[in-house]
Amino acid sequence: MPDGTTVSQGRTWAAPTDESECLGEAVGLVYRSGDRTLIDGIDLQIPRAGRTVVMGANGAGKSLLLRLLHGLLLPSAGHVRWGGRPLDDALRQQQAMVFQRPVLLRRSVAANIRFVLKLRGRADQARVDATLDEVGLAAHAHQPARLLSGGEQQRLALARALATDPQVLFLDEPTASLDPASTAAIETIVNRAHARGTKIMFVTHDLGQARRLADDVIFLHYGQLAEQSPAQRFFDDPVSQAARDYLDGRLVIRKSSK
Amino acid sequence: MFKTRLARIAPIVLLGCAMLSVPALAEEKSILVQSTTSTANSGLYDDILPIFTAKTGIKVHVVAVGTGQAIKNAQNGDGDVLLVHAKASEEKFVAEGWGVERFDVMYNDFIIVGPAADPAGIAGSKDAAAAMKTIADSKSLFASRGDNSGTHKKEVSLWKDAGVDTAASSGDWYRETGSGMGATLNTAVGMGAYAMTDRGTWISFKNKGDYRIVVEGDDKLFNQYGVILVNPARHPNVKQAEGQAFIDWITGDEGQAAIAAYMLDGQQLFFPNARR
Amino acid sequence: MQDFSASFGLAFQLVLAADPDLLEIIALSLKVSLSAVAIACLIGLPVGTAIAMGRFRGRTATIILLNALMGLPPVVVGLLIYLLLSNAGPLGWMRLLYTPGAMIIAQAVLITPIVAALSREVVEQLHCEYAEQFRSLSVPRSSAAAALLWDARYSLLTVALAGFGRAVAEVGAVIIVGGNIDHLTRVMTTAIALETSKGDLALALALGIVLITLALSVNAAVMALRLTATRYAYA
Repeated sequence: MPDGTTVSQGRTWAAPTDESECLGEAVGLVYRSGDRTLIDGIDLQIPRAGRTVVMGANGAGKSLLLRLLHGLLLPSAGHVRWGGRPLDDALRQQQAMVFQRPVLLRRSVAANIRFVLKLRGRADQARVDATLDEVGLAAHAHQPARLLSGGEQQRLALARALATDPQVLFLDEPTASLDPASTAAIETIVNRAHARGTKIMFVTHDLGQARRLADDVIFLHYGQLAEQSPAQRFFDDPVSQAARDYLDGRLVIRKSSK
Repeated sequence: MFKTRLARIAPIVLLGCAMLSVPALAEEKSILVQSTTSTANSGLYDDILPIFTAKTGIKVHVVAVGTGQAIKNAQNGDGDVLLVHAKASEEKFVAEGWGVERFDVMYNDFIIVGPAADPAGIAGSKDAAAAMKTIADSKSLFASRGDNSGTHKKEVSLWKDAGVDTAASSGDWYRETGSGMGATLNTAVGMGAYAMTDRGTWISFKNKGDYRIVVEGDDKLFNQYGVILVNPARHPNVKQAEGQAFIDWITGDEGQAAIAAYMLDGQQLFFPNARR
Repeated sequence: MQDFSASFGLAFQLVLAADPDLLEIIALSLKVSLSAVAIACLIGLPVGTAIAMGRFRGRTATIILLNALMGLPPVVVGLLIYLLLSNAGPLGWMRLLYTPGAMIIAQAVLITPIVAALSREVVEQLHCEYAEQFRSLSVPRSSAAAALLWDARYSLLTVALAGFGRAVAEVGAVIIVGGNIDHLTRVMTTAIALETSKGDLALALALGIVLITLALSVNAAVMALRLTATRYAYA
């Protein structure tokens, strides 16, 4: 796990010191919408291994950061690199993302998996079956995907994301609207993927979930990186005031005009 | 068209099959006749054309429009034979080289029809011009085709004889429908207007209401039909042999007899008068 | 209202007796309008999809134009096609005037904008839902377009039906380019126009009732299909 904490201008983050430990990086990342600056100059390095949990209050820019890192949005300034290369279609094909609300094709469960496998040119039935089995949906293979329960739909979305063996898996509050059992099922699948070597980037509001999953934490505050620390340190003794307030359940108000 | 109604019961579901069996447009021998609504609506063609087709194997497709449009279509080469009733226009058509030669085929006559109430009081008149002058003077409604058709041209010439300037009253008592004969009769019946029509259309017209013939028998109401082969020199696509065969037949003994034999409601509609 | 009750009786009689002339007219109506729908879909669906997915200059203007073209007057289309296909016109050599082919062309011209404009709406809505997921999966544009068209298939069926409804009910264009020739280009609407001009209002109305019944059946069939699709959350 990366360690070594640097402090500068009130921000604290734990960054991998060794270049080889760093999988992705954001440099001077800015995202504006109209006259509002939603991501405000983020520099960060993403450790090669482990489960990175992204936290922050509503509107802190967690989902935006994930989309910028995955290349769904283009930054207004700055850039994103993975393995030292700028993000392109070929790189993005080695990543996958699961959204808060699963976007499923209006087809059967199996057809949803087959769709993405076909895109990567490896749509054999055995692989479809194995993928569904992995998330416990084999029995539902021929049912319409959109008639599954919320938890099953998210499991299918997760299965589809994992079907292509991505290097990086982004998850944007995937369990925000799920019951505890469904949430546990999702976490189990994520942990299995992690154990196979997939890099996990997980956005959540759920502190318990963050404690369960996180190897390291990125904490955002009003579009800025407030803190990047190993999980243990973040939960025991966060460096930034914003993270302390957040963990204590206090509403964090922006200090002054910026 | 729907004269033959077979009593066999077949569900409408069979339509799908019927659709597949629509005969393709094979290269069968056929000609296209540009003709008038008055002849087509009278049912004459339905009666006599099968006789011609049975004899020669040539199918006759009839496009029924106003004489003005029929002549225009024929000038565009969209037809092999022209069969209309506006002698002056027909002769002009031939003179300008659009047609080969014009032949008389048959005649019937025009009549003026009106409501039973007869607001202009012209019922029984045999003087078309005088009756029309009375209509104009009494400002009784009159429905005109107004479509440059043979019937319309005839009507215009009658107004001229009567010394009435209809242009000044258009939209007032003089109503131009710009439609075919049947549509104009529907309109006339609907608004209680007088109308001039050919006898054939009138006899076969089903929506008469309380309308009756108010003027007939004037020599000026004579309605001559002519047939012309569209000039192959102008339009090489014209099926000269087949078209000529049709003209020869309809102006010959057999065709003339068929025309004379066509009756509707016990009345003869057209009177053959080809001179060969 | 004598015509009204009489025509209902007559319509019933015509259908039950499966009058061969009536069947021929109905078959040609279906053949012409379904062919026109097929052509309109072949052109309109790709156009609608391209506009739905595209971000280009003049996109809004294109959409406005397309929506306006939905209201093309049939007689004007008929006249334009007549001028094109007439022997005196540029395409006269094709010998299509006064054939079902000409009628198919006229109706296709009439309803292609309808299919394009309505499919644009349908596909754009689905595209909004799928776009981010597709970008995440790096779905190529062609595959994305195909997936959108496939997943919107039940809604697009309704779009095609709207085109069919307009085509089968229109008279202005087909009567000019088809000529209403008996046993060749006579369809339900031109037959209705003819019977009306003969003053045979009962027969005209009877034909009209058959036409409406036909339209209703097609609509009901498509609706049943859509309901099934909705039940499976495919629509």
